[in-house]
Amino acid sequence: MSAVALPYLAVLRARFALMLQYRTAAWAGVATQFWFGAIRVMTLAAFYVGTGRQPLNLPQVVTYIWLGQAFLAMLPWAADAEIAAGVESGNVGYERLRPVDTYFLWFARALAWRVANTSLRAGPVFVLAAVLLPFTAMAAWRWRLPADSAAAALFVLSIALTAVLSSAMTVLLNIVVAAGRTPRVASFAMAFVNLFSGLIIPLALFPDWAQSALLWQPFAGLADIPYRIYFGALSGGKAAEGIAAQAMWIVLLTLFGRWWLNRVMARIDMQGS
Amino acid sequence: MAQITVENLGKIYRVAARDPGLAGAFRGLFRRRHNEVVALDQVSFSLERGELLGFIGPNGAGKSTTIKILSGILRPSAGRCEVDGLVPWESRIAHVARIGVVFGQRTQLWWDLPIVESFELLRDIYRVGQADYLRMKDRLVDMLKLSPVLDTPLRQLSLGQRMRCEIAAALLHRPRVLFLDEPTIGLDAVSKLALRDFVKELNRDEGVTVLLTTHDMHDIEALARRVIIIGNGKVLRDSSFEAMRNEVLGERRLIVDFADDVGDVTVEGAEIRSRDGRTVEFGFDRAKTAAHTLIARVAAAHEVADMRVEDPKIEEVIARFYAMHGAVDA
Repeated sequence: MSAVALPYLAVLRARFALMLQYRTAAWAGVATQFWFGAIRVMTLAAFYVGTGRQPLNLPQVVTYIWLGQAFLAMLPWAADAEIAAGVESGNVGYERLRPVDTYFLWFARALAWRVANTSLRAGPVFVLAAVLLPFTAMAAWRWRLPADSAAAALFVLSIALTAVLSSAMTVLLNIVVAAGRTPRVASFAMAFVNLFSGLIIPLALFPDWAQSALLWQPFAGLADIPYRIYFGALSGGKAAEGIAAQAMWIVLLTLFGRWWLNRVMARIDMQGS
Repeated sequence: MAQITVENLGKIYRVAARDPGLAGAFRGLFRRRHNEVVALDQVSFSLERGELLGFIGPNGAGKSTTIKILSGILRPSAGRCEVDGLVPWESRIAHVARIGVVFGQRTQLWWDLPIVESFELLRDIYRVGQADYLRMKDRLVDMLKLSPVLDTPLRQLSLGQRMRCEIAAALLHRPRVLFLDEPTIGLDAVSKLALRDFVKELNRDEGVTVLLTTHDMHDIEALARRVIIIGNGKVLRDSSFEAMRNEVLGERRLIVDFADDVGDVTVEGAEIRSRDGRTVEFGFDRAKTAAHTLIARVAAAHEVADMRVEDPKIEEVIARFYAMHGAVDA
């Protein structure tokens, strides 16, 4: 197993180390995410005033928003910029001189990108929103700790699946770019991701009749499922269902992505030198 | 059995075309026009283990296309080829693990990584064991004089240093076949010589089969015993370098500096091609008259200050050959 995975782990490691060097961008990201997190918390809190019973209570929604800000870099918003550039320059074809499966190579790169970016941003947002905020006048709007240790453990598992799922989607965006040979066509994906991952409005706040379908659509696994597991809104069988939905989409998207990439690669021509 | 066989290989590129001007661009929105460009047409040849073959031809002749197909990253439109029993584009991963490729115009190393880290990444990508890797790396570092640049990122290297690193990178996994696409392009004279020596040694001592394309005729002269000339996607000639030179320009030159003014000098078996004061350049057919016979004749009849025999310039040979076959980049 380790011999099979060796090339991909090596690429992942090298890529991860490289991404960790972009610290300035990460600090700017932390500032932005904390700022927007605060605004969104205040907006949702204003909506909650005077409403009756909601599927999520206010502390849960606030925590949900902070989790969304901390793990924002996990979302598959764009294709790998280097691969997109490589599609235009023709380098993507030359990468096939390496004895590796192109799908898993791109997957390793995507995973390194998502995890590195997230690990640079999540910690500082946690420190700001969960550790420092309670000492201010806005203590009510702080990021709260997980419901219990079981929720914490399931959250770790689920957020790991999120990283894998998001990488599978990133590779799909790469393939869209490679198939169309245009680097920007993938930006429409962002709208879907934002809405159906629960980033704009937690999925639990959508109408009741849509809940089951929302849980089983592919984007829920990017944010909503792990977040609800975190504060216990999904627990027991419901948590298992959420994690199963994540796993199912990982398998389906990986199989589909591999099949599609092979088709696209078969007809890529590289002219001249 | 041949290590590489290529049979009737053909490649047609479809190139999007549009009529000029804004109106043309607008029409292109609705109806795409494609031009077909024939890059390779019925190319066949075979290569034995341990051969060193030079591939020459003008720009656009199909050299790079051939290398790309042989290295498994491009599918041909027709024909087939096998390298060590594998069809490159059908068994890409198994195939590329056994070959080494260098494209002179492209880098295959990582721009931001120090060279040694690129090497280590390649070690893992090609699944080379640590002991084998260290042995091969040390040898390559020694032969290509890489120790001063090992810890430098690729982007800070000169072109010559970069090319030496690229070659080393292509050999870390001990390929049995090496494809070099214009490896000396842009290199200075010293780097070119060093590179040629290395390739020669690799071929002679390790038995690595080498197929190289180049524009530099000196590369071919220094390295390849066998040459394939390709033009307009077709194989124009597949022969030894000497045979090709003899065929195109069988004539050699004898340049004589006479000690005195000789006036109208005639030498049996040679004709005057040019003269400049006491220096006269004779042309002769090497198949009919041996150089030493001619020299003896001149020396017997005249007082001679200096004399030398020259072959025509290689560029001249090739240019004539292209012209003979109408294979000039259109």
